Amino acid sequence: MSYGAWIMLTGSLVGVTCGIVGCFLILRKMAMLADAISHTVLLGIVLAYLVSHSLEGIYMLVGAGIIGLLTAFLVQVLHTSGVQSDAAIGVVFTSLFAFGVILLSAFAGKVHLDVNHALMGEITFIPWNTLTIGGMNLGPSAVWMLGSVLLINLILIFLFYKEIKISSFDPAMASAIGIPVMFIHYLLMSMVSITTVASFDSVGAILVVAMLIVPGATAYLLTDKLIVMLVISAAIGVIAAIGGYYAALIWNISISGSMASIAGLIFAVTFILSPKHGLMAKLIARRSIVAEQS
Amino acid sequence: MWNELLLTLQDANTQWVLFGSILLGVASGVLGSFALLRKQSLIGDAMAHAALPGICLAFLLYGTKSIGWFLVGAALSGLLATYFIQAIINHSRIKEDTAIGLVLSVFFGFGIVLLTKIAQSKNGNQSGLDDFIFGQAASLVGSDVKVISSVAIVLLIITFLLFKELKLFTFDRQFAKGIGLPTGFINALLMTLIVSAVVIGLQAVGVILMAAMLITPAIAARYWTDRLDRMVIVAGTIGALSGILGTILSSMASNLPTGPVIVLAATVIFIISLVFAPNRGLVSKGLKLYRLRKRVARETVLQTMYDLAEEASISNQSMLFTRDQLLTRRRMATRMLDKNLHRLSREGLLNQTDGKWGLTAPGAKAAYEVTFNNRLFEIYTMYEMRFAYLQLAANDAWEYYEIPSHTLNELMELMAVHEHTPQLDPAHFAKGEKYYIANLESNDSNKRKREVKSS
Amino acid sequence: MNPVKVSNVTVAYDRKPVLQEITFDMPEGKLIGVVGPNGAGKSTLIKAILGLIPTASGTVDIYGKPYKSQRKLVGYVPQRGSVDWDFPTNALDVVLMGRYGHIGWFRRPGKKDTAIALQALDKVGMKEYASRQISQLSGGQQQRVFLARALAQDATVYFMDEPFVGVDAATEKAIISLLNELKAQGKTVLVVHHDLQTVKEYFDWTLLLNKRKIALGPTEEVFTIDNLQKTYGGRLSFLDTQLDPSHVVQS
Ligand SMILES: Nc1ncnc2c1ncn2[C@@H]1O[C@H](COP(=O)(O)OP(=O)(O)O)[C@@H](O)[C@H]1O
Ligand SMILES: [Mg+2]
Repeated sequence: MSYGAWIMLTGSLVGVTCGIVGCFLILRKMAMLADAISHTVLLGIVLAYLVSHSLEGIYMLVGAGIIGLLTAFLVQVLHTSGVQSDAAIGVVFTSLFAFGVILLSAFAGKVHLDVNHALMGEITFIPWNTLTIGGMNLGPSAVWMLGSVLLINLILIFLFYKEIKISSFDPAMASAIGIPVMFIHYLLMSMVSITTVASFDSVGAILVVAMLIVPGATAYLLTDKLIVMLVISAAIGVIAAIGGYYAALIWNISISGSMASIAGLIFAVTFILSPKHGLMAKLIARRSIVAEQS
Repeated sequence: MWNELLLTLQDANTQWVLFGSILLGVASGVLGSFALLRKQSLIGDAMAHAALPGICLAFLLYGTKSIGWFLVGAALSGLLATYFIQAIINHSRIKEDTAIGLVLSVFFGFGIVLLTKIAQSKNGNQSGLDDFIFGQAASLVGSDVKVISSVAIVLLIITFLLFKELKLFTFDRQFAKGIGLPTGFINALLMTLIVSAVVIGLQAVGVILMAAMLITPAIAARYWTDRLDRMVIVAGTIGALSGILGTILSSMASNLPTGPVIVLAATVIFIISLVFAPNRGLVSKGLKLYRLRKRVARETVLQTMYDLAEEASISNQSMLFTRDQLLTRRRMATRMLDKNLHRLSREGLLNQTDGKWGLTAPGAKAAYEVTFNNRLFEIYTMYEMRFAYLQLAANDAWEYYEIPSHTLNELMELMAVHEHTPQLDPAHFAKGEKYYIANLESNDSNKRKREVKSS
Repeated sequence: MNPVKVSNVTVAYDRKPVLQEITFDMPEGKLIGVVGPNGAGKSTLIKAILGLIPTASGTVDIYGKPYKSQRKLVGYVPQRGSVDWDFPTNALDVVLMGRYGHIGWFRRPGKKDTAIALQALDKVGMKEYASRQISQLSGGQQQRVFLARALAQDATVYFMDEPFVGVDAATEKAIISLLNELKAQGKTVLVVHHDLQTVKEYFDWTLLLNKRKIALGPTEEVFTIDNLQKTYGGRLSFLDTQLDPSHVVQS
């Protein structure tokens, strides 16, 4: 495959993986918790490196998974001890992130992790960093990592689809019929964590948030079916990734930034023009009601 | 170490940075309090992220680094982001958290795009715009600090002058509107104040961590007071303290970035407040809960003894009860029951004979008081709306003798209606006499120990 | 055996009791209305029975066993406002959620479940709306979907929290005939109800609740002005204006 094709494949995998998980975050009103996790994952990566002295994907996944769950857990703890939830999220993610940055600077000589890289990703380097097993070049390791995480997420969602669905829609009913709502919550948070860390390398922390939230929010304006929402969201993730790549080529700008901007553009258009829930549709509906009455 | 510290502090640049961090801490602490109480903490986060494209555009338009234009650009794009968030919430089914995350990440992404554009331009590498992402307090120079400080002081003065209006608006927007305050204007003003506080902090603390400057001192202050005016002062102080600690600590070690250290300092103060603050802190709450549990356990045993005695007197049975009888009447942990039975008998309130427990004369009096108090509280909770004027907070202690006498009478009447009035007069049943039913003829609250007719 | 036996249940938030030593047996095969002022603990009672909130003391038995082992016997209709109706799903899907408790982990609702769900929708007069998105249903229709979901649970005891709030007259009639049908099948239904005017007409039994159990019994025995006064705090000025005497049992 060509250099550009690998980048587009990586971006698309990010789009699909984030797009799918993101839908559940939006429906459960946890978008900002995902934002928090995408920041604190930095700490997980740094700690994983300091412990394992390796930049292997698996250590990063474990480190980020643990810190992601810790973030969700700390937010929960603060919330139950009386801190309002938005402030709880704000305090937890800023302090863990600050701690991560301090560790990074303190061990700057030893860690081959660049903060800018962590934040903005370096998708342009992705194709060079390949996975070789037994002398065989299997392509970029990021593709393998994203592919595995996507597969894990899909399997988990497939297995627990109805549990996730009912505990998102009606948690009281869910626990009345015996579904462990807390378990489902932490399951989703784990999915967010590993998704974030897998996407981290290519798009960076903040843009993971864009890919988690924007496609899902757009899909939410286009359909009233959960399964369709997941598909549309994944598709928008891919379109944003590929569109972002070409836009970046044309204007010679950051690929990840351009992906987020394209995603934002798609949302803006949908927000105005969506046939069901768009601004225009609402205005027209209001007009016709007024017209009928007069 | 102290010498080192003194040396550091004599450095003119450090002094500037220190001065800037203090004023910044005060301004963001004060304005963060309003954001927190309006449950809009994370909008500050969105404003900070959204400032990035504004700063970049200012640079692209103006051509060189200029703190003044940066502030203007950042403020405008921060306000635009706030407007978008509101519009998305108001005009679609998308909820607040999603709207914030969406706007935040797209603005930031666009900012990164502009940043790469600038980096390629001829004077891009000297822009220092990267500093805005993580903050670079050490790179602040005197002229930057002058701008930052003047803005901070203006913010503080406006807040001080309009404190009354802002306070009313924060607590009760509807009411503020009702008495004729221009709420639309105040909302816009408050948003502008918050965005300005965010913007002046960007260079020192950075886009990502700026939210902490708004949230953490404010939420820490929440633990020390319930009043907005004091909260604002405490939050400002905590902000300043974090600024001082962060600046000094990071200037003493190489490689320690100032912004994150300021944020961690604020977090440490928050944790200390969360744990140790009087009244609202976890330790104090835990102690209160422990005392409450102890008291409730003791009262439960006494009240159960009373309940049993009351029932027994009607059916003319013995007033001595076994442990099992107590447990059947009210389910409780056996360990707790045993502990309290023995404690009460040590206090001389209970008597044990042949494995049966009975109230002594002082015990009967205590049991009556406890039962009366608790039953009255139950009645109060049933008609809370009606007695709202008592203004009891959720966890205030309930003592009947602190209730105004006309209210007490009303409650006692209701207690009688519900046949919940304690029926046994302690003075008599402890002597083993039976059938002493207290009557309710006397409504005088000072004569709670009512005269008793023996039947 | 009694479908539901509540003994000595106390629920408290911090120190404040919300339910005080509630003890009662629900008779089998009856429609039981629960009335009481706002904040009386009506929703809390249902949640405590369903184990959704911890109790400070007391026990609840469903047909002689703890709730955990009897989940399949119980159907629940929460307050309509407790969920987000913008959730992307359709009416049939929501009703199918009633089957989840029977299906178990890792399996999908099958043909049989779909048939049951469709039948439940038919019973509430919503069959044509099966594939309608829930965000496009009216308040009354949403309530019917919730009822259909409870029917799909195929339970023997039902708990419904304010099913009549915010519904149109047609839906109210439909719900009532459904309740009577359930009763005819020998099922027990406990309904939190807010409209005192219709209590006498709708319910065989009435539970008057205000933090404590004020009274439970056949409606014609317990739904008296006296008990209502006790429940609503003696301030009957509000009852006087709201309540036509003919709707109350005269004692
Ligand atoms: N999570 C909670 N924390 C504290 N108090 C609560 C909570 N939920 C309910 N309450 C209180 O419990 C009481 C009963 O509430 P509820 O059962 O909803 O009443 P009802 O359904 O009868 O209107 C109210 O006073 C309410 O304020
Ligand atoms: Mg209720």
